[in-house]
Amino acid sequence: MRFSGWRVLKEGLTGNKGWKPHWRDPEPKSEYDVVIIGGGGHGLATAYYLAKEHGITNVAVLEKGYLGGGNVGRNTTIVRANYYLPGNSEFYSHSLKLWEGMEQDLNYNAMMSQRGILNLYHNDGQRDAAVRRGNSIVNQGDDAEILSREQVRELAPFLNFDSNRFPIMGGLMQRRAGTARHDAVAWGYARGADMRGVDLIQNCEVTGIDVENGRVVGVQTARGPIRAKKVALAAAGRSGQVAAMAGLTLPIESHVLQAFVSEGLKPIVDHVITFAEGHLYISQSDKGGMVFGSYLDFYSSYAARGNLPMVEHTMESFVAMVPALSKARLLRSWGGIMDMTPDGSPIIDHSPIDGLYLNCGWCYGGFKATPGSGHVYAHLIATDRPHGAATKLKLDRFRSGVGLMDEEGTGAQHNLH
Amino acid sequence: MRITCPVCGERDRREFYYKGAALVRPAEGADLDAWHEYVNLRENPAGPLDELWYHEMGCNSWLKVTRNTATHEILDVQLASEAGLGGEK
Repeated sequence: MRFSGWRVLKEGLTGNKGWKPHWRDPEPKSEYDVVIIGGGGHGLATAYYLAKEHGITNVAVLEKGYLGGGNVGRNTTIVRANYYLPGNSEFYSHSLKLWEGMEQDLNYNAMMSQRGILNLYHNDGQRDAAVRRGNSIVNQGDDAEILSREQVRELAPFLNFDSNRFPIMGGLMQRRAGTARHDAVAWGYARGADMRGVDLIQNCEVTGIDVENGRVVGVQTARGPIRAKKVALAAAGRSGQVAAMAGLTLPIESHVLQAFVSEGLKPIVDHVITFAEGHLYISQSDKGGMVFGSYLDFYSSYAARGNLPMVEHTMESFVAMVPALSKARLLRSWGGIMDMTPDGSPIIDHSPIDGLYLNCGWCYGGFKATPGSGHVYAHLIATDRPHGAATKLKLDRFRSGVGLMDEEGTGAQHNLH
Repeated sequence: MRITCPVCGERDRREFYYKGAALVRPAEGADLDAWHEYVNLRENPAGPLDELWYHEMGCNSWLKVTRNTATHEILDVQLASEAGLGGEK
């Protein structure tokens, strides 16, 4: 089934009776070349690129719930490549380029909107950091520009330009950044993988990983054992529990990050905007809701919901940044489980067990990484060599201390990134 | 979430700073693997976990808090100094 304007018109005129399910609901086979644990954005993208780029189609994606029901459906949908450090810089650059061609590649409308991200700064120190970051981004080959206070005012006149405590001195703009419809990203990759022969198996929790003589041979699941030549983890916040089934302990602590949506309002916020005080980030969805969030709650959690102190803090930051919206009512809030590493950067690497691969540690930055992560992870699984854009996302950097990518310089504490 | 400090009584979560899992610090001459385990690696359970919290805006005590990470229920609170966490492994 191909999507097109003509198809939408035809279906509209014939009662929308011609649409078919976007993917099959297969029974698990007894053996696959590759089993991917986790049917979220990264797992589905990995399956898609394994099939498309490497011709490996005897693949199963095992999902304990439903496809896209984890963090890929719980984030604030921001896409950007404005990282500073080598390792992250080339990886997110690679990912953003894939975002730009993704909808055509998948024949699926992910509502990719390159509306730009604007990181505000409030003092000289933050300005210096923004210029330095901008230079790093430009050196990577991506776009970044420094906007003056007046240029920011032209783009976003509703911001609080009268604050004495947090004066807006200017901002770092990346125009190719933006937002995408998160669910559609998962569905698009799911459909693309399914069309190429990948089995997407839902309600199939992995309960064990079988290792013989240091090599992975399969998995135990709620729907029976499945043999596999290779097993790839893509379990985000649950990575610790999945890795434990293979006897591995990861450098990861799972934390809760809350997100918020206001009632629908008329269009006012045209970009993704971040406030340097309190880490607030905000965009406006196509339905009109303000989508925003700020810090972690700072304690380990699998509850997928947070506590009121961070709700209060986030609302305070929001109102400080956009006083004009102080009367907007909050519609929903929720939490996601973030796999936090000690340097705040991800891991895509071999594990110490042959045939078992790791993709974890996304630290609440996983959504923007989705196409890049799937693409380079598929390369690693297929060729056993890291992709050129992901040579530094190594597991052993934590043990050796060499090649850590601590963007914010906050040190080796999982919840401070 | 409220934590009952053994010194100050039941207090709001905002009074406390969260350090992470309550681990015993390796001795000064410990090898790299011991430090790697202490600094980086985490059991990261979805369930009861012993944690270190600091009563920053109260009595300044370090506390060992046993808390269920899946429900946020606080199961037990002790002074870290009385919980055997002060020494070296």
